[in-house]
Amino acid sequence: MAVRDYLRERFFPHIWCPGCGHGVVLNSLLRTVEELGFTKNQIAVVSGIGCSSRISGYVDFHTLHTLHGRALAFATGLKLQKPDLRVIVPMGDGDALAIGGNHFLHAARRNIDLTAIVMNNRTYGMTGGQYSPLSGVGTAATTAPYGNIDPGFDTVRLAAAAGATFVARTTTYHVQQLVKILGEAIQHQGFSVVEVLSQCPTYFGRKNKAGSAVDMMRQFKDQTTPVGSEAKQGNPALIERGVFVREQRPEYCAAYDEVVRRAQGGR
Amino acid sequence: MSEQVRFVQGNEACVEAALYAGLGFFAGYPITPSTEIAELLALKLPQRGGKFIQMEDEISSMCAIIGASLAGGKAMTATSGPGFSLMQEALGYAIMTEIPCVIVNVQRGGPSTGLPTHVAQGDVNQTRWGVHGDHSIIVLTASSAQDVFAMTVEAFNLAETYRTPVILLFDEVVAHTRERLLVPEPGVLPLVERLTTSVPENVNYHPYLPREDGRLPMSDFGGIHRYNVTGLFHDMWGFPTEDPKTVHELLRHLVDKIENRTHIIAHYQTYHVEDAEFLIISYGCSARSARQLVEDRRLRGDRIGLLELQTLWPFPAHIVQQLSAGKKAVIVAEMNTGQVTASVKAAADDPDRVFLANRLDGQFITHYDIRNVLRLVQGKGV
Ligand SMILES: Cc1ncc(C[n+]2csc(CCOP(=O)(O)OP(=O)(O)O)c2C)c(N)n1
Ligand code: SF4
Repeated sequence: MAVRDYLRERFFPHIWCPGCGHGVVLNSLLRTVEELGFTKNQIAVVSGIGCSSRISGYVDFHTLHTLHGRALAFATGLKLQKPDLRVIVPMGDGDALAIGGNHFLHAARRNIDLTAIVMNNRTYGMTGGQYSPLSGVGTAATTAPYGNIDPGFDTVRLAAAAGATFVARTTTYHVQQLVKILGEAIQHQGFSVVEVLSQCPTYFGRKNKAGSAVDMMRQFKDQTTPVGSEAKQGNPALIERGVFVREQRPEYCAAYDEVVRRAQGGR
Repeated sequence: MSEQVRFVQGNEACVEAALYAGLGFFAGYPITPSTEIAELLALKLPQRGGKFIQMEDEISSMCAIIGASLAGGKAMTATSGPGFSLMQEALGYAIMTEIPCVIVNVQRGGPSTGLPTHVAQGDVNQTRWGVHGDHSIIVLTASSAQDVFAMTVEAFNLAETYRTPVILLFDEVVAHTRERLLVPEPGVLPLVERLTTSVPENVNYHPYLPREDGRLPMSDFGGIHRYNVTGLFHDMWGFPTEDPKTVHELLRHLVDKIENRTHIIAHYQTYHVEDAEFLIISYGCSARSARQLVEDRRLRGDRIGLLELQTLWPFPAHIVQQLSAGKKAVIVAEMNTGQVTASVKAAADDPDRVFLANRLDGQFITHYDIRNVLRLVQGKGV
């Protein structure tokens, strides 16, 4: 099936600005689904609120566009009720780790089989460029006119510490890696987190004089390095990309089946 | 299984009724005085293959039951004031997206952490207007374990019938009072099952296209039809829209589907109202004391009656108007500063003859408290 066949054309034109990285994530997600050979009925996309969360509307899967920060909580109820669904949860960095931070931690701890995609553009795109918990110290934002003093989270370390059993990071520049990682994440049995560095040329780019969308993607290329590479030792400022965690732990819905068995007198 | 006599707390009656109604999914977070509901369901739901999950807070509990209900399970959560406050945004989402679910709020004293183990009825208006934006909502209450059972079953029925969240507004006294409950045999109380679409697979299904009777058939999310659900204003496909006509129609639909059926949704009990000169209006635990007062006074020849409300919202103004007409006085007994009293005054022909008997100190209102107000109104000394 062509990528086009997974889109809901009556939803277009989309709301994203020219050059927005979120479109790259959308495209990669559809290529991944196509490669994995899933039917449209097997996939649910649950999102919150933000530019990134608009992904759900554009794809011809089962789609639930919920509340800012709460997508993982809705997805938890959905997945537990219908464990056979593949549930993908695209989120913005604010959505996932500011307002939704608590749900993120607990979904990881439970190891419920959801795929969280954190589309990290280091800003609140939808509300016009305020700082997020991933902006980092020294960045500019409409709510940090004197420079941001809020230290940022490291999504990968946070997810790993909270118990996510598949954790990876890549960027919108590295689309082939993105498709590969998304594929592994979706097939992984347990809570998987994929952080995608994504560009918001309109707000983060402009405020931080990062240049055009193309310039920002070039920075993703120059400022990242494969996980475990020697380059990182020479230049600790480089951001590692690749798969950081890949482990097996009882998945929540499967563990719940065990509870039912015990409750019904099984041993 | 045949009819069973049990000796239970209100919270347990609520659990029995939810299971009777076909509850398949519960998500919650512990809070006094509702916690027994979660504990009992943790025990009983898995025995029936149902799903129980203790979430990280009440926000996620509310979100989880919406997700589960959309996927086809009858779903419920239970909480008290602080947790109910946290649920408001997601409650609005369930209203907007028309996803059936039941929310139990066992009231305690507020605001804030308030009086965790004491009784109050201060959340009546919050159940009506806690959610931002114009909307309508169904809120039921009860004064005994038996009525908790009946109203809980009714809550599930109304949620499915109108595709809406329904709130069960109980209170600490009813929740923790142990009394007789007759659990009806299966099939005795009618159950409304989910109305599912007859649209076959591979044919366009419109999640928000009402049938002729106004009801919206559902299709289990994640099943044979793919569709979009959003908390934005949306069209019959579930796609976001800002088209003024569609926005207007959706808002009217959300309000009218409930407000226009107030007469059907109104549940209440009356005691000795036929020849009453004085009418007491009450609900929940306060109605227990009000009833005791009415029975006492009747023995002494006072012509006094009681209207016990079981549907609080949509407010049954027509019943209140009809029963209060021509009364010497109407006394509303409730454990707040007059939340239902205000609605009664708005409905009554003569608002000046509507009086409030209340308590605000976390102590259960007694028939003496109500009697004192009655005597003042009657011009007698307390
Ligand atoms: C409860 C709540 N608070 C605030 C908002 C306003 N709001 C909408 S999107 C958003 C942040 C968007 O940033 P992010 O999640 O990083 O996604 P992006 O738009 O950058 O893709 C905010 C604060 C909201 N919709 N709901
Ligand atoms: S504001 Fe930023 S994140 Fe939002 S669509 Fe535009 S470029 Fe993308």
